[in-house]
Amino acid sequence: MVIHAAGMHYKALNDAVRRCGGDVVIEGCIGQRYLGTALEGRRLTVNGTPGNALGAYLNGGVIRVNGNVQEATGDTMNAGEICVAGSAGDATGYAMRGGRIFIEGDAGYRCGIHIKAYQDNKPAIVIGGRAGSFLGEYHAGGIIIVLGLGAGDGPIVGNFCGTGMHGGEIYLRGTSLPPRLPAQVRAERTTLSDEAAALVTDWCERFGHDARELLDAPYLRLTPDDHNPYRRMYVAN
Amino acid sequence: MLKEGTFRNPSGCAVVGVIDRSGGLMSGEGMIEAIEVMHDRSNGLGGGFAGYGIYPHYKDFYAFHLFYDGKKAQTETEEFICRHFEIVYSSEIQTRKVAGVTDEPLIFRYFLAPLPQKLSRSHLDEREYVARCVNRINAQIDGAYVFSSGKNMGIFKGVGYPEDVGRFYRLEEYAGYAWTCHGRYPTNTPGWWGGSHPFGLLDFSVVHNGEISSYDANRRYIEMFGYKCTLHTDTEVITYIIDYLVRRRGLTLEETAHVIAASFWSTIAGKEESAREQETLLRRMFPSLLVTGPFSIILGYTGGLMALGDRLKLRSTVCAEKGDLAYISSEESAIRRIQPSLDRVFAPAGGEPVIYELYDKGGLA
Repeated sequence: MVIHAAGMHYKALNDAVRRCGGDVVIEGCIGQRYLGTALEGRRLTVNGTPGNALGAYLNGGVIRVNGNVQEATGDTMNAGEICVAGSAGDATGYAMRGGRIFIEGDAGYRCGIHIKAYQDNKPAIVIGGRAGSFLGEYHAGGIIIVLGLGAGDGPIVGNFCGTGMHGGEIYLRGTSLPPRLPAQVRAERTTLSDEAAALVTDWCERFGHDARELLDAPYLRLTPDDHNPYRRMYVAN
Repeated sequence: MLKEGTFRNPSGCAVVGVIDRSGGLMSGEGMIEAIEVMHDRSNGLGGGFAGYGIYPHYKDFYAFHLFYDGKKAQTETEEFICRHFEIVYSSEIQTRKVAGVTDEPLIFRYFLAPLPQKLSRSHLDEREYVARCVNRINAQIDGAYVFSSGKNMGIFKGVGYPEDVGRFYRLEEYAGYAWTCHGRYPTNTPGWWGGSHPFGLLDFSVVHNGEISSYDANRRYIEMFGYKCTLHTDTEVITYIIDYLVRRRGLTLEETAHVIAASFWSTIAGKEESAREQETLLRRMFPSLLVTGPFSIILGYTGGLMALGDRLKLRSTVCAEKGDLAYISSEESAIRRIQPSLDRVFAPAGGEPVIYELYDKGGLA
């Protein structure tokens, strides 16, 4: 079913998406918020510029956006996939608990803040371009990959990458350390793990890039420095 | 009636701005359409617009826009104005009835030239003379408020959703080369006409999304230089800081940005030498003008717009370009509403100013 969104308030548009039981294509989307909230077992295609909190609490649905997305995409999502053929605003994947987000271009500040993993739930974010500051802040579990395509000579992530990180991992393509990496984060030169390579391959499939060069490239893998890197930082433990 | 100043004023808000760098003129319609997309960022307690280049026939005179609670305040203010200025032209600002805008005050406009003798006897620079007169009316005349005081620019604001406020002021009848707009979401305030954005002093106007945590530190410092923070809102103090740094201390806009949204010391330490020295100097000279907490502002001034966000980027800002047109907005969707195809879209980093100016003011193509 196709819904033409021009002039629709977000509530009416979300009601229309919910009422339609099957897959939905939204045309002319312009700033409507909360699209695909908690979507399960369906596909939602968005042409245009969706509003904030796209795919919040996503629960197994698949969202494809042909355009850029704004803030808090995939906020607290559980499962499913958000694929953005464009760039993303701030706080993408905020507190994700599972599922996958693929961004073709850049991500804003605080991408992957507070993501966490539990048993089979393991969130993944793959960013094709650069990421802003505070990537993976308070990262507690799951995987973030930044490919840095089109980033030029500058760093592919902003400042303070992985601040407060205490679980999970971040892969950054290249060999140069990100600026102002916190002391609690360890960086090692490596290549992609099988899991990370599968994610990069999926990213390439979605956006029509050649995977070979990206898979063979060197990467930095960031992890928390040891099992308790924040000892004595907050309490006398 | 309760006014700003009775309460602290945290707010959510939406901002958007546009400039035609070739100097072409646009009506206020585009801004109304753009801000309407971000309707849900406001709560109907304030909206406003600033237009630049809108008074070409009176471009050499200070255009004062005033709110009056009643005729008594108006009489008292006009007596004050007559003692300090020649009134070149004055009239009530034309408005239309709009369902979403009620309880409007008296709204008047004056085109003014400072009285030459009075000005020379004051030993003040002309703009300082005008700024002090604005401060005196706002601080000393009960029920009167100057909400716009620049040359060839004007602020239009009120209580209501911004799209309704824009239609109330008939902004389709004005043509300017640059516009900014604000939709307000004050959560702890009575919401008064004067407390809406943009805030202005002379030709500076500021629209702001966020809530700064350094308000009192900034206010205490800036009040030492004769500014009166009559409204107790953070946007007012940001406007005065910019006026102080740019007009009175002669800083460039980039330098001003490094004072207001200074980088962390650790970030400055990692910069190359000349930038490190300059930013260190600015932080040391004006430590009390560092603005902390979330903010994203658009500064309007004669010939340009500047976007600036806090160094942690706690509020979103998107910039975009299409030919001679440049846009700044809280959300990309607002820009896409009035310009679906864009040459370039980007999100500036926290603390990084983005400046768009008229080409004949030195702005680059």
